[in-house]
Amino acid sequence: MSGGLLGQVAAVPLFASLLTEPVSVAHYLVVGAILFAAGIVCMAVKRNALGVLMGIELVLNGANVNFVAFASPYLQGEGARGLGIDGQVIALFVILLAAAEAAVALAITLNFYNNHATVDIDRADDLKG
Amino acid sequence: MAEFLINSAGLPEWLAWTITAVVAAVLILNVIAGGALVFIWAERKIAARIQDRLGPTRTGGRFGWLQSLADGIKLLAKEDLMPEGADGMLFRLAPYVSFCASFCAFIALPFAFDFVGQRLNVGVFFVVAVLGLEVFGVILAGYASASKWSLFGAMREAAQVVSYEVPLGMCVVVPVMLAGSMDLVTIAEKQAGWFTNWYLFHDPFTFVIFWVYVTCAVASVNRAPFDLAEAESELVAGFHTEYSGLRWSYFFMAEYGSMFLVSALAAVLFMGGWNGPIPVAKLLGLSAGTGDTAGYFVRLLGMANLLGKATLGVLVMMWVRWTLPRLRIDQVMTTCLKYCTPLAAAMFAGVMVWQLALPGGIVRGLSRPAGEVREGWLEGPGGKAASRPAADAAQKVAEVAR
Amino acid sequence: MSGILATFGAVTLPLAALNWHSFFFVLFAAVACACAIAVVLADNVVRMALYLVLSLGATAGLFFLAGAEFVGAMQLMIYVGGTLVLLVFGVMLTAQAPFVSIKTTTGDRVLAGVVGAALLAVLLQSAFSVPAWRQPAAGTVAAPAATPVGMALLGVRVDEPAAGSPQGAVRSGYLLPFEIVSVHLLVVLVGAAYLARAKKRKTPRAIEVAASVEPPASVAEHAAVGRGAGRATSVLSGGRS
Repeated sequence: MSGGLLGQVAAVPLFASLLTEPVSVAHYLVVGAILFAAGIVCMAVKRNALGVLMGIELVLNGANVNFVAFASPYLQGEGARGLGIDGQVIALFVILLAAAEAAVALAITLNFYNNHATVDIDRADDLKG
Repeated sequence: MAEFLINSAGLPEWLAWTITAVVAAVLILNVIAGGALVFIWAERKIAARIQDRLGPTRTGGRFGWLQSLADGIKLLAKEDLMPEGADGMLFRLAPYVSFCASFCAFIALPFAFDFVGQRLNVGVFFVVAVLGLEVFGVILAGYASASKWSLFGAMREAAQVVSYEVPLGMCVVVPVMLAGSMDLVTIAEKQAGWFTNWYLFHDPFTFVIFWVYVTCAVASVNRAPFDLAEAESELVAGFHTEYSGLRWSYFFMAEYGSMFLVSALAAVLFMGGWNGPIPVAKLLGLSAGTGDTAGYFVRLLGMANLLGKATLGVLVMMWVRWTLPRLRIDQVMTTCLKYCTPLAAAMFAGVMVWQLALPGGIVRGLSRPAGEVREGWLEGPGGKAASRPAADAAQKVAEVAR
Repeated sequence: MSGILATFGAVTLPLAALNWHSFFFVLFAAVACACAIAVVLADNVVRMALYLVLSLGATAGLFFLAGAEFVGAMQLMIYVGGTLVLLVFGVMLTAQAPFVSIKTTTGDRVLAGVVGAALLAVLLQSAFSVPAWRQPAAGTVAAPAATPVGMALLGVRVDEPAAGSPQGAVRSGYLLPFEIVSVHLLVVLVGAAYLARAKKRKTPRAIEVAASVEPPASVAEHAAVGRGAGRATSVLSGGRS
């Protein structure tokens, strides 16, 4: 019991400092990294074709978080020059291309489903010699 | 208000901000919930009149105006059923997703000069985007209910909403282009003055595109004649077949909330927002900018204006609902893709050309001069100096275009 | 007991010094990360879609907090409102009992988990490696409007004029990429429509049946409109065609 409480007490200052200190670019990078890694694992683990597609969306989103963080004037320290508008514009392009990619991937998935009556990508082995 | 609490009442800053936020949230919530009560009663009465009936007459006096409250109490007391094969978590979550989306969109909606939850400089897109999220609640409800009627309803809703977002986006972009801003407050301010300044009467193209907006708005909030998601003649009740009690009423409140929202958005984008057809306050010599009682009165007047316009929009939707028969799903898709989208695109191009040729609006004498509309548009964060090259470049582009 | 009191004290004291920006950052970041991990862990494909929606919505909140309001609104509108609805639509078209949750073997999970953890470790290490990135913000900056972004897309950089030339020469913006993306989207639209179109597979037997049974008017009309849209259309129309 005391151990649990001690752990709690030790964790509270860290959490509190997270809440009282201003946010920096590194905070955003951590979020981006977690989204990116989750997306990679999702792509590797899922066997449903749509699950893989969701993994790709997560990866693109993780990259977007980084672009926006580097573009943001709120997060830069003194004297630092971020990407400025460039970061936001690139993030916009990523969003647009992700929409395009999702449309094509969905069309392929539906075609696959119509031909094979399944969305399990392990069964998509027609080209195996 | 937060400043007042900090300075006068002596509250700590964090508490003052929290109280301010909670008050704003409760006010918006009241607009939705109170609006739903009134509109449900109004819908019953209007439907009855159109069908040559009387509608509710007993609850709460001669006009039955307590009917929706009685309905609400009945719904609270009703048993909350869940089908056996349902996905419990999603089934419980779905109504709240719908309601939250409808509620969140109100945050950026200005009710009067500075009666706005949070002024965003991309307000228009925020409202349209968040409103689009409501469809997730419907889709989840349809899937989680484990009923084929619900699933069909949800599928139709998904197809319909995604399709109608295209022409709706184009319609919304037109006032943005005319005002040179995506901020709803700025867009409404640009239409101040007499009703000839409204974007509805800006030029023939905006007049046409307003009606395209009305069509798409009705479709995007799932009202008849586009209510394929709950077509009771074929799908029992569509996506909310399996819902009862309080959860069902959340769907209902979300529906009325978003009806009110798209009407208010139409009022802000095309009909001058809180600026009435006749600038009463200005004629009386009052101004919204002042912080005294007069300014407050002007704002209340503006809010009454906006609420009136939005209510008018909702009543028109009810009128349409009880007049037109429901379309088939392929007709819904045809309306969107073959008529609304090309029409919206053509009108969009027309407004662009008009803006280049006759920037002043249709009635030159009554509207503001051409130069004033675009003033300050090209200023970046660097201010005037930084914007010089940009302004020059824009001028060159305009010359080439001529 | 004293430990609990200390915990409470530590929590309540900084409330006055609470940085609301950081508070909302933590809130949105927690939702985004938790839901991203939930996407990986969930088996049911519809729940995965829900978690993905929540994760991307929270990320849009992060964009708003970072001052990129236009990107945030676009994320909500295109990503969450468009792409994900499309995705859920695909999920529902293919959501038949055996495919709702396809299990992965434990070995695959462990392997992917190890790879993911390694990747995360590398990314986190690099995120904290540059001191300038850990420097917190210098204070409030003037709120950037969406106008510079729009002007940059039109090929005019409002935010930073070219150095040394007061007039005329403007730093090039993103007009060409913008045009390329728009053509790309058009091509994708056509391509996706072509791909998703179900091939008409009419066996002689089916043609015979179709010829012998005169369809009611509404069904024939419907078939003419959504010709060959196959499975998707039949689900849409409540299985009438």
